[in-house]
Amino acid sequence: MMTTTENIKQEAVANNNAPVIVIKDLKKGFGNRIVLNGFSIELKRGESLVILGKSGSGKSVLIKCIIGLLQADSGTIEVLGKNIDRLDHKHMDELRSHIGFLFQSNALYDSMTIRQNLQFPMRRHLGDLSREEVNRRVIETLTNVGLAQTVDMMPSELSGGMQKRVALARALILNPEIILYDEPTTGLDPITGREISKLMTDIQHKYRTSSIIISHDMNCVKRTADRIALLVNGVCYALGTYDELSTSDDENIKQFFE
Amino acid sequence: MKIATSIRSFLSETGSVARFVYRYLQELLSPRYEVRQFIRQCFIIGYNSLPLIGVTGFIMGLVLTMQLRPTLLTYGVVSKLPVMVSLAIVREIGPVISALIFAGKISSSMGAELGSMKVTEQIDAMEVSGTNPFKYLIVTRVLAATLMLPVLTIMSDAIGLYGSYLGVNIRDHTSLNLYFFEVFNTLHFGDVLPAIIKTFFFGFAIGIIGCYKGYNSSKGTEGVGRAANSAVVISSVAVFIIDLLAVQITDVLGLN
Ligand SMILES: Nc1ncnc2c1ncn2[C@@H]1O[C@H](COP(=O)(O)OP(=O)(O)OP(=O)(O)O)[C@@H](O)[C@H]1O
Ligand SMILES: [Mg+2]
Repeated sequence: MMTTTENIKQEAVANNNAPVIVIKDLKKGFGNRIVLNGFSIELKRGESLVILGKSGSGKSVLIKCIIGLLQADSGTIEVLGKNIDRLDHKHMDELRSHIGFLFQSNALYDSMTIRQNLQFPMRRHLGDLSREEVNRRVIETLTNVGLAQTVDMMPSELSGGMQKRVALARALILNPEIILYDEPTTGLDPITGREISKLMTDIQHKYRTSSIIISHDMNCVKRTADRIALLVNGVCYALGTYDELSTSDDENIKQFFE
Repeated sequence: MKIATSIRSFLSETGSVARFVYRYLQELLSPRYEVRQFIRQCFIIGYNSLPLIGVTGFIMGLVLTMQLRPTLLTYGVVSKLPVMVSLAIVREIGPVISALIFAGKISSSMGAELGSMKVTEQIDAMEVSGTNPFKYLIVTRVLAATLMLPVLTIMSDAIGLYGSYLGVNIRDHTSLNLYFFEVFNTLHFGDVLPAIIKTFFFGFAIGIIGCYKGYNSSKGTEGVGRAANSAVVISSVAVFIIDLLAVQITDVLGLN
């Protein structure tokens, strides 16, 4: 009886669109240079939020703060209800196993094959999976990005766009609840770019994942964004749907949609 | 003014190396232990350096013997050739030459490999994937270097002594048995043990400097190159400094 009520409660929370990421007044600088200056935002469950901003405005810094690669100077970040500042190593790792992270630079391990690259997060986070299960998931995820035939190659043997797709596969392999994409379609041709955007929305609908997407590619933005946040001068300058923002009169907003 | 800044930067660098060493010791002792990676590194580090260290050891033994011979002949003590060469090889030349070769090969490759992993965000990617990169990359490498150099040095000593045996045989004739009988008659525990102990410190210094430089290298390919280069230079100097300290200590202990 107890468990059912628990379940119902959890369902209720989920349906309630309780935010999975809450960022309040985040500040981050390097030396004298202030990059984020009081950035606040919420990511709702099942939502994809696109972050737009000029080069060097601190988009990558923002999502690195979320995953704990960079330490915020002040402000709070809550991910799945946990304040990441207060987590020790063990709990941080546990939390990270629910988050997929696509690096802007791909960050594939260049001394490992594609298979080993994809196995790495699985082995490390889950540990006790059977060999068959690991291999099955590697092939399945690679097939999703259209690269099953490259499984035994080295990253250096792949083109830039293929590397991006492998990196995407690695971010997705744990079926994370939250995915942080840093420029998922940059460097891809328009057709592959469209396929990747479609893959991203498919995953979002199928698993009800929540994602933050950093992108300059307006096709990708249009396809994937539920809401768009503009990062200007270290704060969230505007927040709204694609239609709301693209019809805005504000000069600062308009320039992104031209 | 310029001297002041360079002294300050030297001190702050020394401070951060000390913190790096402290962190190494901390992470070395606390679980989780990356046993597989450690074994892999031992294999890579040991196996890759063996040919080079073996060849140089052999040549040193041979050359040293051939060059010492005329001098000893002048004083009429040519029969002491095995004694002199074996002492020189085991106490000083074997450990130091092996360490220098090791520094050139291992320290630079650690600097370059870790440096490029750093700038391409592979180290960050490991951290995101539930791995402590310090344990996975640094602890395994430094520990492997610390333990492998003594093993390599013992092999290099043995090969060097064989080279010396061949050197003796170019002019004179001794049997291998007789040669090694002479050698083992001369060498004492007090000759071998301090020499082997200091190679642990050589190996540790080489590993930690290579890893420190790579792990802290600055962005860009230039930063990686600089990391590899300064790793070799600093670890080679460190070998000599440790050697200098070691000889003082053995002197105080009456082992010289
Ligand atoms: N580790 C770091 N050390 C010092 N400065 C940094 C560091 N990381 C980022 N910065 C600085 O923070 C600023 C924002 O960088 P960031 O990578 O977040 O930009 P971005 O918005 O992702 O740009 P792009 O679209 O070009 O990727 C830049 O000025 C950069 O120089
Ligand atoms: Mg960026």
